[in-house]
Amino acid sequence: MTDRSNKELRDSLSKTTLKKLIQDFYEQFESETIPHIVLPSRTKKNIELKEDSDVWVYGDSESMRSAKTVKGATQLLKTSYVAELLIKGHLDQNKSSTLRELYYISENWDIAKFHEQAESDRLIEDLEIITGLQREDFHVRPEENGATLYGPIKIKEITKRGERTIHCQDDVGEAGYQIPYNVETIKFIEHDAKFIIAIETGGMQDRLIENGFDEKFGSILVHLKGQPARSTRRIIKRMNEELKLPVVVFTDGDPWSFRIFASVAYGAIKSAHLSEFMATPASKFIGVQSTDIVEYELSTDKLNDQDIKALESELTDPRFNTPYWKDQINLMLKIGKKAEQQAFAGKGLDYVTDTYLPERLTEMGVV
Amino acid sequence: MVIAEELAKKQKAISIAEFFEKNRQILGFDSSPRCLLTSVKEAVDNSLDACEESDILPDIFIKIENKTKNSVTLIVEDNGPGIVKDQIPKVFAKLLYGSRFHSMKQSRGQQGIGISAAVLYSQLTSGRPAKIVSKIDRDAPAHYFELLINTQTNEPEILTDRVIEWDRVRGTRIELEMEAAYIRGKKSVHEYLKDTAIVNPHARITLIEPDNNRVVFERATDKMPVQPEEILPHPAGIELGTLMKMLRYSEREKLAPFLRYSFSRIGLHTAEEISKKAGIDPEKSPQEVTLDEAKRLHEAFTKVKISAPPTDCLSPITDELIRKGLEKEHTIDFIETITRPPSVHSGHPFQIEAGIAYGGNLPKEEKVEILRFANRVPLLYQQGACAITHAVENIKWKNYSLNQPGETLPTGPAIVLVHVASTHIPFTSESKEAIADIPEMVEEIELALKDLGRRLKLYLSRQDSLARRREKEEIIQKILPRIAKKVGEILDRPAPDIAPVVAKIMGNVLISRSVQPDGRGCDVEIKLRNHGDSVHHFSLHETLLHEIISPSPEPKKIQLGKQNDYVWKISLKPGEQKAVVYKLDIKSDEASKLPQPIVEGIKEELITGAKVVNV
Repeated sequence: MTDRSNKELRDSLSKTTLKKLIQDFYEQFESETIPHIVLPSRTKKNIELKEDSDVWVYGDSESMRSAKTVKGATQLLKTSYVAELLIKGHLDQNKSSTLRELYYISENWDIAKFHEQAESDRLIEDLEIITGLQREDFHVRPEENGATLYGPIKIKEITKRGERTIHCQDDVGEAGYQIPYNVETIKFIEHDAKFIIAIETGGMQDRLIENGFDEKFGSILVHLKGQPARSTRRIIKRMNEELKLPVVVFTDGDPWSFRIFASVAYGAIKSAHLSEFMATPASKFIGVQSTDIVEYELSTDKLNDQDIKALESELTDPRFNTPYWKDQINLMLKIGKKAEQQAFAGKGLDYVTDTYLPERLTEMGVV
Repeated sequence: MVIAEELAKKQKAISIAEFFEKNRQILGFDSSPRCLLTSVKEAVDNSLDACEESDILPDIFIKIENKTKNSVTLIVEDNGPGIVKDQIPKVFAKLLYGSRFHSMKQSRGQQGIGISAAVLYSQLTSGRPAKIVSKIDRDAPAHYFELLINTQTNEPEILTDRVIEWDRVRGTRIELEMEAAYIRGKKSVHEYLKDTAIVNPHARITLIEPDNNRVVFERATDKMPVQPEEILPHPAGIELGTLMKMLRYSEREKLAPFLRYSFSRIGLHTAEEISKKAGIDPEKSPQEVTLDEAKRLHEAFTKVKISAPPTDCLSPITDELIRKGLEKEHTIDFIETITRPPSVHSGHPFQIEAGIAYGGNLPKEEKVEILRFANRVPLLYQQGACAITHAVENIKWKNYSLNQPGETLPTGPAIVLVHVASTHIPFTSESKEAIADIPEMVEEIELALKDLGRRLKLYLSRQDSLARRREKEEIIQKILPRIAKKVGEILDRPAPDIAPVVAKIMGNVLISRSVQPDGRGCDVEIKLRNHGDSVHHFSLHETLLHEIISPSPEPKKIQLGKQNDYVWKISLKPGEQKAVVYKLDIKSDEASKLPQPIVEGIKEELITGAKVVNV
């Protein structure tokens, strides 16, 4: 099957699925039922571990959106308008919009207009949950591209101007290979990597590139850029599954970075419907661990009130309900301190690549 | 020397300055913001009382200037009757000088300690005299005084006394310099004046703040409050000591007339009955009544039936003016006020007025604001110790749709106002900031608040059902038609019929007629379904040019000229569905021309899918 016809098939499936949703509304009117849709509740309380795939997904608790209330009815009206845009404006005409553009398009929708982008973003997520599709299937793009990737891997990307084959060390500049918003069309040609290291900050990725860490250890460096974009998480997941490469995650040592790891490894609460698609449950946390702060005597900052609240909330987050994480979180609360990845620079610029990472990787059995 | 004599010497030496220093707190002069507030309060109370006694609409001007970091100059000016020249020094510079000390009448000031205490405080903290101007008539001269209080003798010391030019018709102006601080917000001069304006809607009050900001509390009415009548004391409230004093200084020669003319509600007959009960000769001279006899007399007051004191000595604000006052100073959605009938506590008549304001821009999450007033004077301090607060806390506000965490003040966007009017307000202390818990009073306040609470609850539940009705109407009129239109457009089909869903949302009776061609004619079915939660009875009419064939159930037929009116009596329980069927000898393309079914005997808003006609 050609890539082109594959795309057409996908688009047609998306169209049918969206129309089915609208059809449901139509039939509800005809069967004298007040129009409504049912969605899983998207809260911390309603995520559970899926045994077979080992990722966190939404549980059985559901919320109903019904035309009985003004709020529910307005939501259904907005859903209809968005469905029309996706079917007739996107899929029929092979066009796409960014999430932000979609928000602006709604300006002309009178009472169906969105009041802020968060609202339209959320509705797109709802549509993903209801249809089991992803926003890429609706031709909806995020504003920013994914982050960058650097390492001994050769890939093929289908671009508007045809196919490009790129080696992610030899064919790219120092900034690395830019991960596109839709990574489904990427093919992995060949690689010479032993593991993937996902890094929170650009500065640390640059440090590893400059120190030749990728060459020395045969690792693919993926920049997470804070909370990672979907495409970043998806490409990590694909490399892990398709190339059987282990994944380690290297972040700052603070409560927010723990959450970054959790969303790479287990899935995010906001997008648990995509966990099976994007989470890499086999990924491991390298650090900075609370224990590293103590053992390596890193320079630290004091935890502020928000940090403490975030840590306490993590203690009730089912994703962190393991002895390892309970220990790490409780220790951080006890010492009252956090540390950045860059804190290793205090021991020399090579310390992180020559000492810390090799020590940890050996400990974890990755190298 | 005997110890007592030595003590006596010391006692004499205690000057009023020392007395003041020792009692500053109970007189309302403690913190520096409060010293200013108390001074303003005493001056404004005097001005309002004076204006009312002379039937003048009060126009009061207050100006506060910052002198140094912790001292201010306070100026209060009114358009009142003025004070005659000889009285000026005593009124302002002699403590406990006043006309109201023994009067049984509702008034703001009761002890006459007020304004002279402010003068004394000013003199003690600034060392400067009080500057007074007063003028009693357009053609009279304006007198200017600079006064100090002689702290040894409690007599006025006149530093300056001269006639000046003053471009006012009449009035009084006082200027005091004192250690004090001007603050904003709670318990500030601004708040006090605002509250004063609420319960004195006949007054115009102007405040110039230290930064020259001008605040005007405009009057809401030109009607003067009814003047309270002065009455004789009622026997039930009299103390033994007061009774003995009255006996000794009476000008009457015999006990019975003494009783009759010194107290209210004692007639000839009652006077004799009291004397008899006390075992004293009614002819006995009051001056000769012994302590023991006085005790018996005092006791006899409680044994003889004496009617309650007259209540026309009270001057309520009236509910209409409380309403105007609250509306003037706040933006609100709902307001109810009440004036209770007068009542009596230990011989003193009193009357409760209350108001509840709700909604508008009042803060939604905070505790409700309590506005406490005693004889039209706002009470700002010691809220927690006051009978008014206790009465508010005693009420179960949840029954009246307000939140209330525990037995505390309720929360919500509301103001609760309570005014206590009485010839004698039972304050908990001399600073007159909190009313004591007199059971009769607390009960009356609670009755007033419960009455208002019921009205608030009714209003809120009406608002609630109105809001629900409005919400439903928005859904069925604005949103549902658009959803239907949009889903039709997406699927390239006609918009679905929203009537059944509308009936469901509104809880209405849905009437839908379907016509199916069958051989030569058509089968007609009218479905009727009750989506509401009560039983409905009505009649269904089909007014047609044609005869109907084999109807079920059988209708009543009425000839209307060329047309036939078929009538079915329908009764539908909640959730029940019924159908009316018949045949018509018409072609299928004529079906769309059939007139809409008509129902009769039910409210229009309860029906979807038919025309409602009610004669």
